[in-house]
Amino acid sequence: MEFQSEQFRVKVGLAEMLKGGVIMDVTDAAQAKIAEDAGAAAVMALERVPADIRAEGGVARMAAIGKIEEIMKLVSIPVMAKCRIGHMAEARVLEALGVDFIDESEVLTPADEENHVWKRDFKVPFVCGCRNLGEALRRIGEGAAMIRTKGEAGSGNIVEAVRHLRAVRREMRRLGTLDAAELVPASKELQAPLELVEYVAREGKLPVPNFAAGGVATPADAALCMMLGAESVFVGSGIFKSEDPSRRAAAIVKAVTHWQDPAVVLEASRGLEGAMAGLDIAKLTPEEMLSRRGW
Amino acid sequence: MPGRWAPIGLLALQGDYAAHARALAERGAATREVRTSSDLAGLAGLVLPGGESTTMLTLMEGSDLGARLVAEIKGGLPVLATCAGVILLAREVRLPPQRSLGVLDAVVERNAYGRQLDSAVVSLTVRDRDGLGTDALEGVFIRAPRVTAVGTSVEVLATRGDDPVLLRQGAILAATFHPELTAGSPVVDLFARLVRAAG
Repeated sequence: MEFQSEQFRVKVGLAEMLKGGVIMDVTDAAQAKIAEDAGAAAVMALERVPADIRAEGGVARMAAIGKIEEIMKLVSIPVMAKCRIGHMAEARVLEALGVDFIDESEVLTPADEENHVWKRDFKVPFVCGCRNLGEALRRIGEGAAMIRTKGEAGSGNIVEAVRHLRAVRREMRRLGTLDAAELVPASKELQAPLELVEYVAREGKLPVPNFAAGGVATPADAALCMMLGAESVFVGSGIFKSEDPSRRAAAIVKAVTHWQDPAVVLEASRGLEGAMAGLDIAKLTPEEMLSRRGW
Repeated sequence: MPGRWAPIGLLALQGDYAAHARALAERGAATREVRTSSDLAGLAGLVLPGGESTTMLTLMEGSDLGARLVAEIKGGLPVLATCAGVILLAREVRLPPQRSLGVLDAVVERNAYGRQLDSAVVSLTVRDRDGLGTDALEGVFIRAPRVTAVGTSVEVLATRGDDPVLLRQGAILAATFHPELTAGSPVVDLFARLVRAAG
């Protein structure tokens, strides 16, 4: 593995800088400015927020270049953008544009149903989603510099994020109890590179930062992700689909920093208007579950 | 008075404070995360980590944390500021202009080396070999700020080309790069010595 290569260190370095912060989905420069003023550590440029992708259907692609450029020009914080799973050409275009991070995201319509982008060859860092440890380690093996446990994007429901955060944490703890010989079948079972399985068993954590995403609608949702070991939180539809984006964004930023202090999370939550409408995950068909995309 | 075993505070509003905690733990120092002014009592030193300076400033608003940090730093508490931390301390911030704590006599331009694609590991020129105890110094630059001017009370310990990248002003050590991301960095060693000498 190329963990010690300068290129990989610089990629993971930016992920380190984003820890303890909130990365907010935005669809234009005005939203990006609101996010920056509220204290976002980075913004994610996309064509439509996940709730709208879910409602409107159709193929969801990389955002329009003009929109991303407008956002990059206006804000001084890092700008991320999403490409479709396996769409290496969209990824190359975003790299050429100079975005700071690419999210190879299941929220967009996958371009390849077998392969993800081979990310080691890129200079720009990538973040990828996962539902379990095996998926996380496969993405890191491909070169991802940051992992986000998937929630159910655009649902306003935190249950899937919690499920996957707990799954990754539980699987990491289990590896810590195995001896060297037992890690070989564990690697087979996880369908993940042995070297990365050994790293997790030894260090008790992923070799790259682990953020949470999907379904965060309130400051308490964000604090819950931090309690479950997330190092930072992505918020998608939760901000700009709410009735008070600016205040809600600032409140979620505060809750992520002060997650260990319920009095501050209380204060941040006080007086917020309506959160986005939520979906009952149990009523979604497997085909409607964005988090099942990616392999 | 902070005792010899008093912890070093890590400003933990946002950023890579965990990387600093690891680097200091390797040197036997205890650390404490600082999120409110009440976390500042009895510290032996202070780290202002990398991260997003705009986020940190927003999180300081409406509290006395910023004013208390300034008071502690002016009182001589040893400080290690890296990247965004330097932006917080600088006398003046440009590109875009933004408010700051103003205790380090330097002018700083944000993101002046470019975006993430311009982030790099760079071999630096050491100006203060005695202080750092080495000629060889690596700098991990992540969307780094550039120091464009320094006051007479500021000593430049290392440069990247002509740009000052490691500054010392009294008990303040300021790096526009990330020594916490280099294993065994002489910059963190120097900070640990400053903390011990002050204690």
